[in-house]
Amino acid sequence: MREALALKDHRSESQIYVERAATGAGVVLVLFSLLIFRVGYLQSVQYSDSVARSEKNRVQVVARPPVRGLILDRQGVLLAENRPSRNLEVIPEQIVNMQDTLLDLASVLEMSEAETARFRRLSGRTTRRFESAPVLFDLSDEQVARFEANRFRFPGISVQAKLVRNYPQGALMAHAVGSVRRINDQDTVSLNATAYASTDHIGKLGVERFYETELLGQVGYDRVEVNARGRMMRVLDGVKPINGQNLSLYLDAGLQAAADRALDGRRGAVVAIDPKTGGILTLLSRPAYDPNLFVQGISHRNYNALRTSIDAPLFNRAIQGQYQPGSTLKPFIGLIALGSSTITVSDSIEDPGWYQLPGNERLYRDWNWTKTNDGGHGHVNIEKALYRSCNVYFYDLAVRLGIDRLSQDLKQFGFGQVSVLDLPDADAGLLPSRAWKRASRNLPWYPGDTVNLGIGHGDILVTPLQMASAVAALANRGRWVAPRMAQNQPLEALARAQPSGAGQLPEHVWAPIIGGMEKVVHRGNQVYGENGTAWSYIGRDIEYRMAGKSGTAQVVAIEQGEVYEAAMIEERKRKHAWFIAFAPIEDPKIALAVLLENGGGGSEYAAPVAREIIDYYLLEGAGRQVPNVEMVSRQ
Amino acid sequence: MSGDFVRRLPGGGPSFRNHRGEFTWFNLDPWLMLILLSIVSFGLVVLHSASDGNWVVVEAQLVRLGLGFGLMVMIAQIPPYFLLRAAPLLYGLGLILLLLIYPFGTEVNGSRRWLRVPGVVNFQPSELMKLFLPMVLAWYFHDRHLPPGLKPVVVSCLLLLLPAGLIIVQPDLGTGLMIATSGFLVLILAGLPWRYMLRGSALVLASAPALWFVIKDYQRGRILTMFDPERDPLGAGWNIIQSKIAIGSGGFSGKGLLNGTQSHLDFLPESSTDFIIAVLAEELGFLGVVSLLVLYGLFILRGLMMSLNAQDTFGRLLCGSITFTFSVYVFVNIGMVSGILPVVGVPLPLVSYGGTALLTLFAGFGLMMSIHSHRRITLL
Repeated sequence: MREALALKDHRSESQIYVERAATGAGVVLVLFSLLIFRVGYLQSVQYSDSVARSEKNRVQVVARPPVRGLILDRQGVLLAENRPSRNLEVIPEQIVNMQDTLLDLASVLEMSEAETARFRRLSGRTTRRFESAPVLFDLSDEQVARFEANRFRFPGISVQAKLVRNYPQGALMAHAVGSVRRINDQDTVSLNATAYASTDHIGKLGVERFYETELLGQVGYDRVEVNARGRMMRVLDGVKPINGQNLSLYLDAGLQAAADRALDGRRGAVVAIDPKTGGILTLLSRPAYDPNLFVQGISHRNYNALRTSIDAPLFNRAIQGQYQPGSTLKPFIGLIALGSSTITVSDSIEDPGWYQLPGNERLYRDWNWTKTNDGGHGHVNIEKALYRSCNVYFYDLAVRLGIDRLSQDLKQFGFGQVSVLDLPDADAGLLPSRAWKRASRNLPWYPGDTVNLGIGHGDILVTPLQMASAVAALANRGRWVAPRMAQNQPLEALARAQPSGAGQLPEHVWAPIIGGMEKVVHRGNQVYGENGTAWSYIGRDIEYRMAGKSGTAQVVAIEQGEVYEAAMIEERKRKHAWFIAFAPIEDPKIALAVLLENGGGGSEYAAPVAREIIDYYLLEGAGRQVPNVEMVSRQ
Repeated sequence: MSGDFVRRLPGGGPSFRNHRGEFTWFNLDPWLMLILLSIVSFGLVVLHSASDGNWVVVEAQLVRLGLGFGLMVMIAQIPPYFLLRAAPLLYGLGLILLLLIYPFGTEVNGSRRWLRVPGVVNFQPSELMKLFLPMVLAWYFHDRHLPPGLKPVVVSCLLLLLPAGLIIVQPDLGTGLMIATSGFLVLILAGLPWRYMLRGSALVLASAPALWFVIKDYQRGRILTMFDPERDPLGAGWNIIQSKIAIGSGGFSGKGLLNGTQSHLDFLPESSTDFIIAVLAEELGFLGVVSLLVLYGLFILRGLMMSLNAQDTFGRLLCGSITFTFSVYVFVNIGMVSGILPVVGVPLPLVSYGGTALLTLFAGFGLMMSIHSHRRITLL
């Protein structure tokens, strides 16, 4: 201590200290300046960038989906509505261990193996941070209760209520209205991501698809403030969604049900049209399927069952089923012949029961040849040719008209083209011509082809919808009305080339054709072979005047190559039964086409179906007011 | 300035109170108190906002501040003479406690920093060392010839490295380095020859590449993150990215108290503790940051004046090193939050919410007050 004391020089010591402290103060000044410079740099140069980034952090745009428009029939009956569905949604970022969570959840909700797999698949589908993905649909009350009770165990998973499509009429309207499907990965590529933000479904079939834009509405959004964990704190502002338009169809749910009852489980199709407007009153294809199965995603098992069924329930026979028209084509050929003055009303032939092309040995037999083996229809004019459905008359007539005029003039009734305005999946059928045969088969048109076409056989194919549309033109005495589903949609938006119709035909051609068709139903109590073909089946007690024509179409091919029971195949080789009709004759209110697949004779089997449907429409439905359907708004 | 020029040799004998016509109250320096209260009040306003207007947090902080002031006042009453005598004992005690951690310490998050006497006390011995080390070094240099020769430098370096090393291996690199720094500051203030410093620095720089492989992965990560936070924006880089956004978006005058979105929506982590300066910068802008730095600057200025007034080597070195250590804390914290230093767990003095560190600070201020008020001559 003593030595140290002696050595200490307090003056120089404090001198050193002052120097050091001053240096230190200088260093502190430099360091603090550095901090001020740094903070100042961040707050000036980086200011706008930081503000943008903090806004991006804070503000999330949350889409508000519009409510899909309802679809109603002409009476205001709901054909497609929206029902709430409670879905389980997951925010993948908030889940620590997906595998464990899933195991836990599966036991709490008693999820099936398939549901677990689907959960796994769907949970990987979000595109932005803290976006939730729906993984389980339509939870039951019990599942919701179980989940809520265990909610604390599942951060990042929640039950969300959403509106989904519901088809209260089920299978009855499946082919008429179409359906929506869950948007999948392929859709996402082609869709406008903004318009479909937060919308899970898109119209995939039928009216739902055609009027997608109108039904969808316009998406709105909320700008919401979120915290770092993605939790919404408050809504800043936003734009309200504009809900989709409600769609009123010409369809008549009662009539559709009546048609379904009339088909009585048989395979086939019915299309009925209001000849005044072209509105489609009934569009039935049986068997059908429940479109609700597809809304939330159908299971592979169910889908395969539908897809591979021999009855082809997914196949829309009314607009895609292409069949030979058989004898239902005859009134149109008659019209062409009368209109072109190839024949007159009084022209008649002697029918021996068969027809032979000149210089050809082949006999084209009439339909009653095999039945009675007693020759033909005798003395036949155009009217009788229709009500007795005389083949020989039309063999002869077709040959006299020639294929070129036939294929040209049949176009005006809409054969061979799609004329329906708002059914996107409709098929065009096939109207053969020389050019077509050359192009598709590289073969010349043979005279025998023309003979077959005369009775609606051979290459010609029509859909029930096309047939009904043509009948509507017939009911209108040639005036063509464009067939369509929706009432409240502007026509110009639906532009589609329409056939000309046959309105230019002179007055006198209609009487024998419509008269002939009337006699098909009403001419009765005559001697054998003089009654209308359908009279004994539907004409005895009918209360109104109906024009009809039966038809029987050959089965072109057995569909698909699968192995079916022999008896089933045998059944499926039977002819298709057609019946076309409109009524009442003096003021037609309904025109329809009925097709029964492998149904047998048209008059015997298809005509009663047509009668039952028209009965319902004109008699039971008579006096029913058709309300002007106002927009029913359902939130 | 006091009129009577009574000159006393420092270092010997007990000091006694001296009334110099300058306002003192319980041995407290009024200027330092004023600045201290300004910083603390400013800090409380910011903390209130940083905790989402939660008064419970503010009250808890008030209680701690009260305890801190109490501790400061108590320490200010102790004459420096006793502090000088006690320094080596306290240092020894601190070392023993640091060693006790190995058999008895509580492990939290993979490191042993806490000593727990159940039901009595629960503390980090390293906090004590923050004061005991400067004290022992000031004691060591107190009666030695300054500037120190090689031998005292070596001895003091050993005194310094022993506790710093023990803390670093806990592991708590941040605190270890801060304690080493505070000890080192005593050495510099004592007149450590520049050539030693140059050589030491050269040595550290030369061993830097080797150090890179010695430090742990997460520490390497923090350094890499400082240079490029975007390399892991949702992980290691998240804190620094978000704090830079918070600071930058404050602009010149800020978004207003309680209006900072980065902090109130939880994008900013640790917003009431280590990262509280980002809240201040976001809500009060450049003006707020500069105001706080000016207050800190005044505090440091006053601290230096007090050290220059100290009448013996012990007081001078202790007071000076506490002041400079304080400024290092400020620099490291704000530097880290604004992205020019790697992330280390250093709170912003007097503003960050938190317990022990605050008490240690006040204990240090108490030492300064004691040294300043127990003297006979005022030079400045």
